Amino acid sequence: MTKYILKRIFYLFLTLFIIATLTFFLMKLLPGTPFSNQNRMSPDQLKIVKAQYGLDQSVFVQYVRYMGGLLQGNLGTSFQFNNEPVTALIGQRLAPSMQIGAQAMVVGTVLGILLGAVAAIRKNTWVDTLATFISILGLSIPSFVLAVLLQFYLAYKWHIYPVALWDNFQSSVLPTLALAALPLGNVARFMRTEMVDVMSSDYIELAKSKGNSAWKVVTKHALRNSLIPVVTIIGPMAVSVMTGSMVVENIFSIPGIGEQFVKSITTNDYPTIMGLTIFYSFLLVVIILIVDILYGFIDPRIRLGNGGKE
Amino acid sequence: MDKILEVKDLHVNFATYNGTVQAIRGVSFDLNAGETLAIVGESGSGKSITVRSILQLLAKNADIAKGSILYHGDDLLQKSDKEMDAIRGNKIAMIFQDPMTSLDPTMPIGKQVAEPLLIHNNVSKKDAMARAEEVLRLVGIPNPKERMKDYPHQFSGGQRQRIVIAIAIVDYPEILIADEPTTALDVTVQAQIIDLLRELQQKIGTSIIFITHDLGVVAGIADRVAVMYAGKFVEYGSVNDIFYNPQHPYTWGLLDSMPTLETSEAHRLNSIPGTPPNLLNPPKGDAFAPRNKYAMQIDEEEQPPFFKVSKNHYAATWLLHPDAPEVDPPASIKKRFEKFKELGGSVK
Repeated sequence: MTKYILKRIFYLFLTLFIIATLTFFLMKLLPGTPFSNQNRMSPDQLKIVKAQYGLDQSVFVQYVRYMGGLLQGNLGTSFQFNNEPVTALIGQRLAPSMQIGAQAMVVGTVLGILLGAVAAIRKNTWVDTLATFISILGLSIPSFVLAVLLQFYLAYKWHIYPVALWDNFQSSVLPTLALAALPLGNVARFMRTEMVDVMSSDYIELAKSKGNSAWKVVTKHALRNSLIPVVTIIGPMAVSVMTGSMVVENIFSIPGIGEQFVKSITTNDYPTIMGLTIFYSFLLVVIILIVDILYGFIDPRIRLGNGGKE
Repeated sequence: MDKILEVKDLHVNFATYNGTVQAIRGVSFDLNAGETLAIVGESGSGKSITVRSILQLLAKNADIAKGSILYHGDDLLQKSDKEMDAIRGNKIAMIFQDPMTSLDPTMPIGKQVAEPLLIHNNVSKKDAMARAEEVLRLVGIPNPKERMKDYPHQFSGGQRQRIVIAIAIVDYPEILIADEPTTALDVTVQAQIIDLLRELQQKIGTSIIFITHDLGVVAGIADRVAVMYAGKFVEYGSVNDIFYNPQHPYTWGLLDSMPTLETSEAHRLNSIPGTPPNLLNPPKGDAFAPRNKYAMQIDEEEQPPFFKVSKNHYAATWLLHPDAPEVDPPASIKKRFEKFKELGGSVK
């Protein structure tokens, strides 16, 4: 197992290296320069600024320099956001996005699993129909529409939560709910499909023939076996939810990272684009690694090493 | 002998999109303490449904329309879910057909074997595991102590069926229902499993209801045999009665289809022509009549009652009616009659 994880970590860095390289060259293909909005600068001034940031060098030299800095953990300084180091920039803005994203994932996944399981157990009854309806709503209502609805009722009309504020846990509830709808709908759908399959399998029948009550058949045998495909979709979904939704962050005035990413692209803020891409990729590959390890815990057939034995 | 189970006039229907399928159409039988009853018949004849009705492990669209299932005189069909849970796996246990899919893939096998004990008896986890280990040794799993922590995928098909059997017998059930326990296994393993079941029966004194479509397997294990066709029993009696003095043309067809040592390579195996009837609209008369070359006019019109052949041997065919004409059974069946005489039986 340790050997496997070490190997995976090596591949993880290889993947990151390739992503960084690709992003770097693709980014250079973007039209415009970071300073194309500085109308008041004379061509000579521009030249000086470019030279200061090393942008007068060939793309390849810039690449080697950047990767050198990256190896030392230096992501450079932003061209736009007050010349701040990119690491500091990401650091400040990331925490709110990650917090809301993580909360939304936990809420969405747990409720999704419950909803899907209940739907499967009560297949073809009104409970199933209601659960399916909720999960389709979760999947199809855009998060910003839900955000506005939540804001209108829970904040503006009933004053339960603040309208738009970034302060304490209270203020994170509404954005969490708005973001949780998508994972909830997705997880519920997958869970229902898999659990319907599992509930009609032979080992569930055997579990019943042992004298297990209906409740125990579900909790001891059906749930765990239904979780495997759900775990697969949780990984990528977690990344997309945790890296922040620009629109939802805007609606609730959360100082998150989603907005910054978009701004950095439109202004050709190379170091910020690179820094955020590398960070997002890092998050994704790490979560995929965690999911793969998690598989082994849920399904012994996927457990590795020693010829399949523990 | 003590009758421990009595099934009376069981009718089971299935609601489908096309209408009601009458899968079981009046099945009655009883089971004595310590004996083995085999139910044989082709796929779809209702064998599995009959025994699953006993434990009420039927699909949601099934409806036990009529009949009673008396276990020590108590009708199981009148019991609540909770009362049935207390009987399943404790008094009446079941061995399933496919060992590859019958075990929970994510639970160590020791825990799976110990589960019925923990459900039904007030025992500690440690005692239950010790007992599971003992039973796994009994069914022939080598090194049970170490292997209890292993998962189903780490065992071969034959070993998994032994584990499935261990689960069924761990709580010493009074009745063991074996639903085609050897069908998914290759022939040598089949023989081992049959030997194991016989051995276990002697050790724990359980009664067995054994479902199969393989008459060769029946000869090795059963005391009594019931032949089932299209949701009804057509003939039942002792093993010798069924094998050497069969009376129903369907039983003749089944026996005639069995390969024997004399079957040469050039010789095609016999089969029963035609297919079983559609039980959405069961025929008015004898369900086997369309495939029966001995069928008479009355077979089309009226279902045959059971005629008594000898003590404990009954067959539902009009051929046994006093007015029926003499028929000439297939050659292989006549040979069987000869054997029956040698065994000291009297052939009609």
